[in-house]
Amino acid sequence: MSNPLLKIRNLHLSMHSFDGKAHVLNGINLEVKRNEIWGLVGETGCGKSLTGLSVSGLVSSPPAEYHGGEILFDGEDLLGCHEQRLLALRGNKIGMIFQDPTTNLNPVFTIGTQLVDVALAAGASDPQVLGLTVGASGRARRRAARALAGDMLDKVGIPNARARLDDYPHQFSGGMRQRVLIAMALIGRPDLLIADEPTTALDVSVQAQILDLLRQMVDEFRMGVILITHNLGVVAQTCSHVAVMYAGNVVESGPVRRVLEQPAHPYTRALMRAIPTRDVKRGALFGLAGSVPNLLSPPTGCRFAPRCALASPACHSALPADREVAPDHKVACVHVSAMKETSYA
Amino acid sequence: MLEVEQVSKIFPGRKGLFGSSPEVQALKGVSLRIAKGESFGLVGESGSGKTTLTRSILRLDVPTSGRIMFEGEDLATLTPAALRHLRSKIQIVFQDPFASLNPRMSVHDIVTEPMLVHRAELGLSARQRSDRAAELLSLVGLGEQHLHRYPHEFSGGQRQRICVARALAPKPSLVLLDEPTSALDVSVQAQVLNLLIDLQDRLGLTYLFISHDLGVVRYLCDRVALILRGEIVEEGATQAVFEHPQSAYAKMLISAMPQVAFS
Amino acid sequence: MSEPSKQVSPMGVAADPMEDIAVESARRLAWRRAVFRFRQSSLSMLGLAMVLAVLFVAVFGSALAPFPEHIAGGVDTGNRFMPPSLAHPFGTNELGQDVLSLVMAGTRVSVLAGLGIVLIATVLGTVIGAVAGFFGGWLDEVLMRISDLQLTIPGLIFAMAVAAALGAGLFNMVIAISLGWWPGFARLVRGEVLAKREETFVVAAYAIGAHPLRILFRHILPNIISPVIVKMSLDIGFAILTVASLGFVGIGVRPPTPEWGTLLSISRSYMPDFWWTAVFPGLAMFFAIFGFNLLGDGLRDVLDPRARR
Repeated sequence: MSNPLLKIRNLHLSMHSFDGKAHVLNGINLEVKRNEIWGLVGETGCGKSLTGLSVSGLVSSPPAEYHGGEILFDGEDLLGCHEQRLLALRGNKIGMIFQDPTTNLNPVFTIGTQLVDVALAAGASDPQVLGLTVGASGRARRRAARALAGDMLDKVGIPNARARLDDYPHQFSGGMRQRVLIAMALIGRPDLLIADEPTTALDVSVQAQILDLLRQMVDEFRMGVILITHNLGVVAQTCSHVAVMYAGNVVESGPVRRVLEQPAHPYTRALMRAIPTRDVKRGALFGLAGSVPNLLSPPTGCRFAPRCALASPACHSALPADREVAPDHKVACVHVSAMKETSYA
Repeated sequence: MLEVEQVSKIFPGRKGLFGSSPEVQALKGVSLRIAKGESFGLVGESGSGKTTLTRSILRLDVPTSGRIMFEGEDLATLTPAALRHLRSKIQIVFQDPFASLNPRMSVHDIVTEPMLVHRAELGLSARQRSDRAAELLSLVGLGEQHLHRYPHEFSGGQRQRICVARALAPKPSLVLLDEPTSALDVSVQAQVLNLLIDLQDRLGLTYLFISHDLGVVRYLCDRVALILRGEIVEEGATQAVFEHPQSAYAKMLISAMPQVAFS
Repeated sequence: MSEPSKQVSPMGVAADPMEDIAVESARRLAWRRAVFRFRQSSLSMLGLAMVLAVLFVAVFGSALAPFPEHIAGGVDTGNRFMPPSLAHPFGTNELGQDVLSLVMAGTRVSVLAGLGIVLIATVLGTVIGAVAGFFGGWLDEVLMRISDLQLTIPGLIFAMAVAAALGAGLFNMVIAISLGWWPGFARLVRGEVLAKREETFVVAAYAIGAHPLRILFRHILPNIISPVIVKMSLDIGFAILTVASLGFVGIGVRPPTPEWGTLLSISRSYMPDFWWTAVFPGLAMFFAIFGFNLLGDGLRDVLDPRARR
């Protein structure tokens, strides 16, 4: 197996506020290889967005504080990195897409201008992006950047792409704007793409198109992707792997099909049973009682234990370690071996 | 119970110094009939006109043509006083539980307000209103201890329960549910959906459930209509529409649903 | 629901003592949180301290002044134009009066006038702005054009004209300045009302069938208090300045009642040789205005987190 592109090891992060110190990430482990699309799922406030932001170095500290662990990107520890280096990485090697396509484009510039700026910035640190040699003139760089911007728009499926470079963001629909943002994120040919709820603000039909596009782009650019979402359906359709997060921990991770067809962690099972599918009878949906624990004083041991039907004294004593129940399928639950036989129906 | 007949709504365009905007036809001859006690799902994507339709039913907007009948009465012919009375019969739960509660009012004040506004019809004293607010809270799965808290102290799911309690306060017969779960997590969504089903069974409510999430609509609704650019493109029993969709739009929407199951 | 499954106790809900404790602590927590945020900024704390000092002097200034007889108009011609010393920290003026005593006594008039102006302007502006923003239509047009008109007349000149018509004196001066002050509040309140009118909870109140006045007073106005309080705090400083300006040009409080602007105005003729007669009243004004502005900024951070830098 090739070396992982991104390796997050035992990442701890806390946030300081008036109420005290909230332990928002509590030992995250995650490995992303090229060509893999990792779905990061969990309820609001489970730390999935912070994990994504940590990788791109966009968590401001204070109020945040890292307590150990490392984020290795191509073998380089991002937590120890200088801001200058992070800036260079963010533009080129690590791309980001956010939830709301309307607020992430500047309304007063044409999208061509915005894409060209990104292309030039990417070209400044890696001239190959523009396909030019180091000493190319400013005009040549600008022309190449514009050509690249047009190519990228074409690639993300915007009809008549080159002509639309001179359009303003408001002339695009929500789905088209998200395509523009994907083009922008991919312009520097990133190795890793972090997509934070990229389709949540979009209609279902558009969502399917954007997810298709994302998969195509992974095939073409051989990137690794972290797709942050709360929608297990999106994960099932798009991702190769999934990591289920709960209250700052990855409780279950592995190949998407294996995890969703044979979920082992009680939390994953509960989530699966909360989704209205075709076979669920009216009123038979499973609602998980209780709420995410207060991270200012999280429960000791397994953080899911207070809401878990299987909880036993062992659950409250220590944080359960990851156990591999199948190749690459890891579960952090003390009951996991007992549950292997009674596979989820 | 509710009849929407050939309702159209045109928002006039604007002519200004710096260019003009064309008029927008938000609804084109929409007709719906919702029977007492059923759950009717209205599915549409953004810009399809579903919000305009809800606002017309609540008479926050006035349709350009067509009429809306509620329990045999044409909304357009009602006097302002009769309209206010009618508002106790049709209630709404909005999508965003964070924006739809007044941050400066306690839960008690929020839930008793509809009863205060309609005290003439309901005939409840202040004490009775408080008692009923406590009852309503326990009905939606919250407790008396929450009465004197403020909205910011609650999670999204709890706030949506407060919104449901407020909607039930004036004893409505029709409840409009405008994407009530799309801002919530799945596990919380499941709780709220089950609550809605439970309340309907217990109180004999009629629901008009507006959503873009087909999975949720299939779970909750008896009948469903699909709206596209202001027109109803398909209508029928939920199961029939999902299993044998007729229109191209319905087929496309159903195939675009993110499924957890692997084929 | 028509048949309640559970009978609620006849004592009602609020009678539960545990409940009261929970409410109390929830409110205290919110309050403590606000205090915490305010104290995060040392400048806000400095502003608060300055304002408290100013208010203290406004209340007790006349009583604590070292030479109370000078406040009443007594003169000491033997000690004219004494530079600052231990006996007279701010020096003495052309009549031999202790400048420190005059400045301390002047605080009351200036601060009282500043508070009065802002209060009147707030009430007037809020009513006009709320009516204009909430009811809209021709009423909005008329009220806002009046307010525009008011804004085109320089405040000081307008106040001078009104004060000249009403005659001099503290009360008339406050009225005169307030009449030019309300449009700022009216515009702020109108804008906030327009924004809040679109909020979902306001639409929800309409859907319930609530009366428009109920919506205005119960749902909209309580939610726009914060920016109004912030503007009040920021405006008090400027109001004090305006009072002093009127005093400086000779309209407003007449000597011997000490007032900062009047003190400055008189000492103008003795600059620069007897600089202390002008510098210390000026510094007092600077201190008060600066304090209210810092406090206003701090309050904005606490009450209106969206406006944070």
